Amino acid sequence: MATTVNPTIKDKDDLLIEDLGYDDHFHEHHDGDKYQSSFITTYIFSQDHKMIAKQFLITGMFWAIIGALMSLVFRLQLGFPDDSLAWLKPVLGKWIQLNAETGMGTLAPEFYYALVTMHGTIIVFFVLTAGLSGTFSNLLIPLQVGARDMASPLLNMLSYWFFFLAGVVMFASLFLSTGPFAGGWTAYPPLSALPQASSGSGAGMTLWVVSLVFFVVSVLLGGVNYITTVLNLRTKGMSMWRLPLTIWAFFITAIIGLLSFPVLVSGLLLIMFDRGLGTSFYLSEIFIGGQALDHVGGSPILYQHLFWFLGHPEVYIIILPAMGIVSEVLSVHARKPIFGYKAMVFSILAIAFLSFIVWAHHMFMSGVNPFISNFFVVFTLIIAVPSAVKVFNWIATLYGGNIRFNSASLFSIGFVSLFISGGLTGIFLGNSALDIQLHDTYFVVAHFHIVMGVAAFFGMFAGIYHWYPKMFGRFMNETLGRIHFWGTIAGSYAIFWPMHYLGMAGVPRRYYRFDTFDSFSHFTDMNQFITIAAIVVFALQVLFVINFFYSIWYGKKMTVKNPWQATTLEWTTPINVGHGNWEGNIPTVQRWAYDYGKDGHDFISQIEPLKEGEQTAH
Amino acid sequence: MAITVSDTTYTRNKIHPKKFALWVACGSMLMMFAGLSSAYMVREAAGNWLEFRLPQVFNLSTIIILLSSAALHFSFFQFKRGNERNYKLFLVLALLLGFGFIVTQYQGWLAMVEMGVPLKTNPSGDFIYVISGIHAAHVLGGIGTLIVALIHAFALPFQVTPGRKLRFELTLTFWHFVDFLWIYLFVFLSM
Ligand code: HEM
Ligand SMILES: [Cu+2]
Repeated sequence: MATTVNPTIKDKDDLLIEDLGYDDHFHEHHDGDKYQSSFITTYIFSQDHKMIAKQFLITGMFWAIIGALMSLVFRLQLGFPDDSLAWLKPVLGKWIQLNAETGMGTLAPEFYYALVTMHGTIIVFFVLTAGLSGTFSNLLIPLQVGARDMASPLLNMLSYWFFFLAGVVMFASLFLSTGPFAGGWTAYPPLSALPQASSGSGAGMTLWVVSLVFFVVSVLLGGVNYITTVLNLRTKGMSMWRLPLTIWAFFITAIIGLLSFPVLVSGLLLIMFDRGLGTSFYLSEIFIGGQALDHVGGSPILYQHLFWFLGHPEVYIIILPAMGIVSEVLSVHARKPIFGYKAMVFSILAIAFLSFIVWAHHMFMSGVNPFISNFFVVFTLIIAVPSAVKVFNWIATLYGGNIRFNSASLFSIGFVSLFISGGLTGIFLGNSALDIQLHDTYFVVAHFHIVMGVAAFFGMFAGIYHWYPKMFGRFMNETLGRIHFWGTIAGSYAIFWPMHYLGMAGVPRRYYRFDTFDSFSHFTDMNQFITIAAIVVFALQVLFVINFFYSIWYGKKMTVKNPWQATTLEWTTPINVGHGNWEGNIPTVQRWAYDYGKDGHDFISQIEPLKEGEQTAH
Repeated sequence: MAITVSDTTYTRNKIHPKKFALWVACGSMLMMFAGLSSAYMVREAAGNWLEFRLPQVFNLSTIIILLSSAALHFSFFQFKRGNERNYKLFLVLALLLGFGFIVTQYQGWLAMVEMGVPLKTNPSGDFIYVISGIHAAHVLGGIGTLIVALIHAFALPFQVTPGRKLRFELTLTFWHFVDFLWIYLFVFLSM
């Protein structure tokens, strides 16, 4: 299949690639044919980066639906604590307790905690790490740097299957009779380190750790590949300064992941020793049922250090790919070069560096030395500087642009809005004095859902709408896409904006119900409002999922190779990309990725040679 | 063997992608031990810390793993030179020394129990079990790759091909890495 030259009429890009491209003798090996020989090697154990990207995406979507459904259940509990949840009994079984007299069904409190924990774990790791970075790094790195595939397609395949395995283990834990882990997505000891501490702390926590270790293996295998591919397999002419910002973001994200996830594994290993062998790394002077345990000399704070040394970089692992996608999508649809390309790269680097020295801002209230806190306050606030540079550049890119408002660009603009709103509250939280009031309240919940949760989802949606034609050869429905956007942005603000007020009033996070507290009972209406907004937003995501799957088979067909008139290399590949990405030679790169609106041209592809006397940015 | 994408020649790169990938992976593994070392230091600073000397046998361990690294490197030289006999001989030696390392580590743990520092005595001892144990697991991984190398050496007709050289280099790099790691840990834990 791939060895014969495409008989269809060649367009300008093909001719250029034939002319200037360089011959890596790829198709002479006939591996195109050997490669996708059966259904299993094409769709299941595929080593093709484009198929692996789709696997990550669809698995991520599966988990997003599970995670979101969980949040609906606990939101129902918070918004309508006195209403019966008996109708959920067929799904949740014994976790809905029926009152024999009234028939009223209540959510078991321990399952409420399990839901909150699983929601966080699933969304943070499975959806916004694997589903986002896994999908788009896989899809775009080889296509945009001009490589046939990843450096090691085999490790790439294993990366997906470790993720899958992590998912299977976590999924299994949902069905344990003692329930899944219920001590929060951060898994602080002692709840995580003592199997007898709560019902989810036993088998649930063991499976949680096993799942996360598989997950880390997946991240590391993927990351090694992404880094190597970006550094070693760029096509001729693709200098680092000519890389699209997407690639810069994925590249730095992979480095952060490689440096921080192993530290989480260290922390989890020590937990497993405390649980299994009775050591006391994290445990000291604990009484259960009036009995003193023989664990002495440990420190739960040690775990917090190890966890947040990963945990804070992790939030940037989530947001940087979204930032990269947004930079690219905004530039393409504003028909303007990205404003301040180099500043964008340097701000990614600065954020990445700073993300390793701010972790203790999650621990201001854990009794760490206030003088040490000051150090972390300063670095935390400094992170706002590169963040602001990025925001400024996005707005400047939009300014005066000939903006096409479509689903992809709307979600990118929405991202910028959310990132500003959520970033500003970070500056409040970064002050250790203000944090005395705000820590562990709904203010924090509002902060990180807006700046990370919803914003990263918006980056992901922007990427999906934008690169959907490259993935499936068809477009998603634009009208549904816009309904999805407007509903989701309004709805997300409706959910999370009020939470700031709850938080400032001191409403703590992770509580089962509030109506029984005098000081918080007047928030009943607000909690109901939030819950209703959450249901509406969920419904809109269902719409998105329908649009996504419907369009795979029935969407409008892509008839030209470069529907968005973009400059980057992925749009020089054939409409239905085969293995090896380009049919003949690999294209060579002649200019940077953002020649939009230049010298009277709407856009100039990266493979187009410089004209005589033409100046290039890089 | 099916030809994969990474076999296509990328002439503009000095370092082979697979070698580079291994270096990156080693960096990541190093971070795990950095995490454990810093946990060790934080915990030590918090007091209630039992001081004791590492058992002597860990010194022997250190010498053995150094020798093993040297043997493997020598084997690699001989391989490149086409000296089949010495190549195989030193490969076997490196593997035997690798087993020797694991055995002496185990003796070290037994010696700690005898000294009165079994598991659960104090975090200072527990950290040594955990850190050296996780390191030993990495050495076992290295031993696995050495066994594969050995099977290649004895099952295939001797030939110096770029593919086999690359594979050898990858094995060598990882083996040196676990060696280096142990030296670091040994110095760190003895201090
Ligand atoms: C301007 C930059 C930012 C600053 C100064 C900042 C500061 C903070 C601080 C101090 C906390 C701890 C609050 C507490 O627990 O009391 C926090 C929590 C959090 N932040 Fe940020 N943040 C910033 C941006 C971000 C970004 C960009 C993300 C993610 C993409 C993020 C994700 C989170 C998460 C997930 C938590 C809560 C974790 C938890 O306790 O469950 N933050 N932030
Ligand atoms: Cu943080």
